[in-house]
Amino acid sequence: MSTATATPGAAPPRGSMKQNRRWALIWSYVFLSIFAAFFLLPPIYMFITSLKTSAEVSAATTPWWVHNPTLDNYKALLTSREFMIFFRNSVVVSTCVVIITMLISILAAFSLARMKFWGSATLATGVFLTYLVPDTLLFIPLFKIFAWLHEVTDIQFINRWWMLIILYPTLTVPFCTWIMIGYFASIPKELDEAAIMDGASYMQVLTRIFIPVALPGIIAATIFAFTVSWAQFLYPLAFTTSTDQLLLPVGIVTTLIKGDVFNWGQIMTGALLGALPPLVIYAFLMDYYIAGLTAGATKG
Amino acid sequence: MADVQLRKLVKRYDEVEAVRGIDLDIADHEFVVLVGPSGCGKTTTLRMIAGLEEITDGDIRIAGEVVNDIPPKDRDIAMVFQNYALYPHMTVTENMSFGLRLKRFAQEVIAGRVSEAAQILDIRELLERKPRQLSGGQRQRVAMGRAIVRHAKVFLFDEPLSNLDAKLRVQMRTEIKKLHLRLRTTTVYVTHDQVEAMTLADRVVVMNNGRIEQAGAPTELYASPRTRFVAGFIGSPAMNFIPCVLEQAAGALRVAIPGGPSFDVPGDRTARYAASAGRKLLLGLRPEHVTEPGGAEHPSVQAFETVLEVTEPMGMETLVYFPMAGTQVCGRVDPGAGAMPNKRMTLVADMRHMHLIDEESGLVL
Ligand SMILES: Nc1ncnc2c1ncn2[C@@H]1O[C@H](COP(=O)(O)OP(=O)(O)OP(=O)(O)O)[C@@H](O)[C@H]1O
Ligand SMILES: [Mg+2]
Repeated sequence: MSTATATPGAAPPRGSMKQNRRWALIWSYVFLSIFAAFFLLPPIYMFITSLKTSAEVSAATTPWWVHNPTLDNYKALLTSREFMIFFRNSVVVSTCVVIITMLISILAAFSLARMKFWGSATLATGVFLTYLVPDTLLFIPLFKIFAWLHEVTDIQFINRWWMLIILYPTLTVPFCTWIMIGYFASIPKELDEAAIMDGASYMQVLTRIFIPVALPGIIAATIFAFTVSWAQFLYPLAFTTSTDQLLLPVGIVTTLIKGDVFNWGQIMTGALLGALPPLVIYAFLMDYYIAGLTAGATKG
Repeated sequence: MADVQLRKLVKRYDEVEAVRGIDLDIADHEFVVLVGPSGCGKTTTLRMIAGLEEITDGDIRIAGEVVNDIPPKDRDIAMVFQNYALYPHMTVTENMSFGLRLKRFAQEVIAGRVSEAAQILDIRELLERKPRQLSGGQRQRVAMGRAIVRHAKVFLFDEPLSNLDAKLRVQMRTEIKKLHLRLRTTTVYVTHDQVEAMTLADRVVVMNNGRIEQAGAPTELYASPRTRFVAGFIGSPAMNFIPCVLEQAAGALRVAIPGGPSFDVPGDRTARYAASAGRKLLLGLRPEHVTEPGGAEHPSVQAFETVLEVTEPMGMETLVYFPMAGTQVCGRVDPGAGAMPNKRMTLVADMRHMHLIDEESGLVL
């Protein structure tokens, strides 16, 4: 667009516009580099440490270089039965939580954004307020609730990894619902009215119009729900204790720290391996996410 | 196809009464245009017919059946929205066939109807495109195509042309008219543009403040408005309203304009106006009935002299403005009549087309 002007009179502003743009670019790169360095250093440090033997970690050499790289840490973890159990637990919990969260929050957001009923506005605000309550305040009451449920139903909830599938949505649903309300509210009212005139039921308006149109929002919410449930540390720490009931983040820390012996090499390896699935999911969904965003932007 | 009847239709929002009791019979195949100023309740009326808005009181009948409690999808009505409301993620074909696919029509039927509509609207090359790849006028056509394929009983249009530029608007206006001549579907069309209303409608319904002011054929509304509102709303430039006194003189009536000329009321109107003799009224005259003298005149075409204030050459005619009894009066003269600002000129008023308006009640006598 900046090269489109051709009249000689427009030359000076055009030059300054180009220069303007160049400076904007330079500053962008400066700050992005600082940002990238800041956020990439820890993972690099983790990666370097994961290639070291315990002896080299504790030796007084520079932490930023490996003298005798080894894959032992990786071998140890990938062949460890415990680590595999943690991994499986985490995958099952996160997948189920994402599915449950999206089901609940899409339906909730649709009804809150579109079906005006008594108290719908208050409810929508309430959903957001719930999200503002920190989870650190909630885990003790939740613990009490599950203890009570145990008494009533005789089902053991505490120290069972699958109970986190019930627990995590309390963290993810409010925020995801809130995101989805925003996306759904931005869809013009005439679109659902047109669909209703075309003979669609509410459910069809949701599945045939709202979900496809709000796909970027749904993907954003999915990523959020997955990240939260994958990385959640406090709840599994509080609610699960037996080794075979642990999720990845807690499992790494509790089994690789024995007393005051920190197995740094393996801790770093575990953390890196644990960070892999979210990375893969980001990479996979980001394409759709960005495609969806730009499609919306040029809709006009 | 079907007729539509509105009976004492009322819509009340919390504080506002948007529609205050409308009675209207729309015949089968008729093209009715609801027209009126912003906020007069046109859209609300249309949306109640569509079923998108619950009605507070009264009845709506489609093809004789009361539809008050029937949901929109079972009313068999197609609607074209002002902003088109095309489904952004579907192609033109998918947009048009959406309603038919929901109703599980056979593939061949759907394909046949879509290609028929595409042919009528001349959008055959656009069928695979997404809405964002279309211009405003093309989106407008697709929106109409979506209505056409349904073969619905009634078409509803809510200001479908107001997002288009002036030239395209005139073009699409003709297209809509052609479409209706071809399909003959009962149509209710909302606009605030009185030219659109006049050109498209079999019958124009002028609304004001939630009520119907007058309903009738375009020429009827133009020639015989019943209220001052309709007289002023229909026609462009608008009708002149000149304060006057109706005087009785030897069995005939005269319209005397304070500080200005007096005009004889045509003999055939004497009986109609006799009861109002002596009252202060408004003389209503359309600009085309204030013009330059044209030789041998009918006796009711009466001359007067004035000094022009402003002239606006339009090409095929020139609009002239001059003061009379404290208001500005507009006339239309031939471009060859030599009208110029500040020029003293003899004009004629064609009193055969006069209206007398009671200012208090707002009614045309
Ligand atoms: N959802 C609503 N809640 C409250 N008042 C409303 C609502 N919709 C419309 N109104 C009011 O009802 C009246 C009629 O509105 P309507 O939209 O029918 O006007 P309109 O004739 O279509 O005007 P326009 O030419 O501007 O579209 C207005 O005074 C408007 O403020
Ligand atoms: Mg409107």
